Amino acid sequence: MSAPAISAHNLDLTFQTGDGPVHALRDVSLDIPDGEFVSFIGPSGCGKTTFLRCVAALETPTGGTLTVSGMSPDAARRARKYGYVFQAAGLYPWRTIGKNVTLPLEIMGIPRAERAHRRDEVLALVELDKFANKYPWQLSGGMQQRASIARALAFDAPILLMDEPFGALDEIVRDRLNEELLALWARTSKTTLFVTHSIPEAVYLSTKIVVMSPRPGRITDVIDSPLPRHRPLDIRDTPEFLAIAHRVREGLRDGMQAA
Amino acid sequence: MTDTPALEIPKTSIRSTRLGRAVSRGIHALWPVLLVIAAVAGIWYAACIPMNAAQSALDAERAGATLSTTAAERRDMAGLSVVIAHPAAALSGAFTQDRPRLPAPHQVVAELWDTTVEKKITSKRSLVFHAGITLGPTLLGFAIGSLAGILLAVGIVYSRVMDLSVMPWAIASQTIPILAIAPMIIVVLNSVGIQGLVPKAIISAYLSFFPVTVGMVKGLRAPTPADLDLMRTWNASALRTLVSLRLPSSLPYLFASLKIAVAAALVGAIIGELPTGAVRGLGARLLAGSYYGQTIQIWSALFGAAIVAAGLVAVIALLERVTLKRMGLAR
Repeated sequence: MSAPAISAHNLDLTFQTGDGPVHALRDVSLDIPDGEFVSFIGPSGCGKTTFLRCVAALETPTGGTLTVSGMSPDAARRARKYGYVFQAAGLYPWRTIGKNVTLPLEIMGIPRAERAHRRDEVLALVELDKFANKYPWQLSGGMQQRASIARALAFDAPILLMDEPFGALDEIVRDRLNEELLALWARTSKTTLFVTHSIPEAVYLSTKIVVMSPRPGRITDVIDSPLPRHRPLDIRDTPEFLAIAHRVREGLRDGMQAA
Repeated sequence: MTDTPALEIPKTSIRSTRLGRAVSRGIHALWPVLLVIAAVAGIWYAACIPMNAAQSALDAERAGATLSTTAAERRDMAGLSVVIAHPAAALSGAFTQDRPRLPAPHQVVAELWDTTVEKKITSKRSLVFHAGITLGPTLLGFAIGSLAGILLAVGIVYSRVMDLSVMPWAIASQTIPILAIAPMIIVVLNSVGIQGLVPKAIISAYLSFFPVTVGMVKGLRAPTPADLDLMRTWNASALRTLVSLRLPSSLPYLFASLKIAVAAALVGAIIGELPTGAVRGLGARLLAGSYYGQTIQIWSALFGAAIVAAGLVAVIALLERVTLKRMGLAR
């Protein structure tokens, strides 16, 4: 087995604020092997988004070590090792969906023909191939979020970082996108880090669930999912699924009591 | 034979109702505009009576009427008192004087018509000719000012040193009365051999760069932290972020600023014509009018300037609509 895609040891991050220091991350250690789907779940302020931002080199840890694809997070960022999907779709409104998807490719200096090819490929992957010439405001929220996933996939980075991508969507759209995301992951086998508030979402999607708790942000439990890789939506009614969901809930409760 | 008119009637009736609807919608939208114009004209006409009362009374006396007050007495009276003392004289002479203190709207309109439509454009008495003279430095100054404003804004957004050092100077520059600084600019440039179009354009640029700078700083900072983070995850260069994110985000702000700037540029060009005692241009018309007490000429030059400014703003607004539509920002 190759080196883990992401490896954190005793990671600390303290923000200096006007009200004194805030411990966003305390002593976080975690190894994520290649090709896993890892969910980070916990209440607000538990540092799950902060951890993701550290991996993306959007924040700098104040202590500990963190490697992404065997290099420093910033080197990984410069080597374009990851695609990042934010909570808001963040499509640029003056670009069509197709142009939004090709923007990172333009920035990376990929030739025009190749850009068009990749655009068609990833838009087909998220079933938006008929919407390449539409502007973002012409799409529903769920479609916009799919477009932003397509954009993160366009440059074929080995790691996909997703920060509550479906947080603002309704339950029905969310279910469908979860199913599609799982299918997408099965096809591309990218290492995926997924931040969420939703226990069913975390259990349904993940091969590994990281339960976190706040003040200071830390890991309270890491659960390796025994569920098979192929998961129909109704797997959520099986005893195995409910058992994992129960364990996640327990982990969350313990974390809250300790804090 | 019989079904031809039957086919035609619904066609024309649809067109006529559609046209009718458009017209009625137009009239509907026009009503408030007409109401405001009527109110302004009414107040204006009313104001002419006391403003011109002293001259009206004098004219009436010269025409043979005997008034209870002497011209010397009337000189110390307020216009309204003269109207109360001699209502008939004040009313009859209010709107027809050659050099009224306040010309009536129709006198200004007649002068505007006479100096635009009736005169050849090449004539020195044509307002179109004078507006054209002023338009040159206006457009040059607007171009210089807008470009300088955009460059300053980019510098302010990207450099903390410029952010802290340039903005106070830019604000200070606008607190100096342009009337005080305009002659100095003209004199200084003249002493190094620059005259004509360029000094006026520089005064225009001086007035027009500021709104562009302020608007563009706001516009370049419009992208959200998430928008900027996205660029960072792609390892985009600063130049890339400027071109692909900050500049497109700033366009709505830019157009709002350009509208203010183009009107300010015209004011700058007119003021630039005043200290040189220019003989051509809208400023020269204002100056000549005030030398010879030609109030109607002053007012028509003022309205000419306002019409030119409105036209320039309308051109920017059109550019704005076309650009934002092409960018998919207009819905």
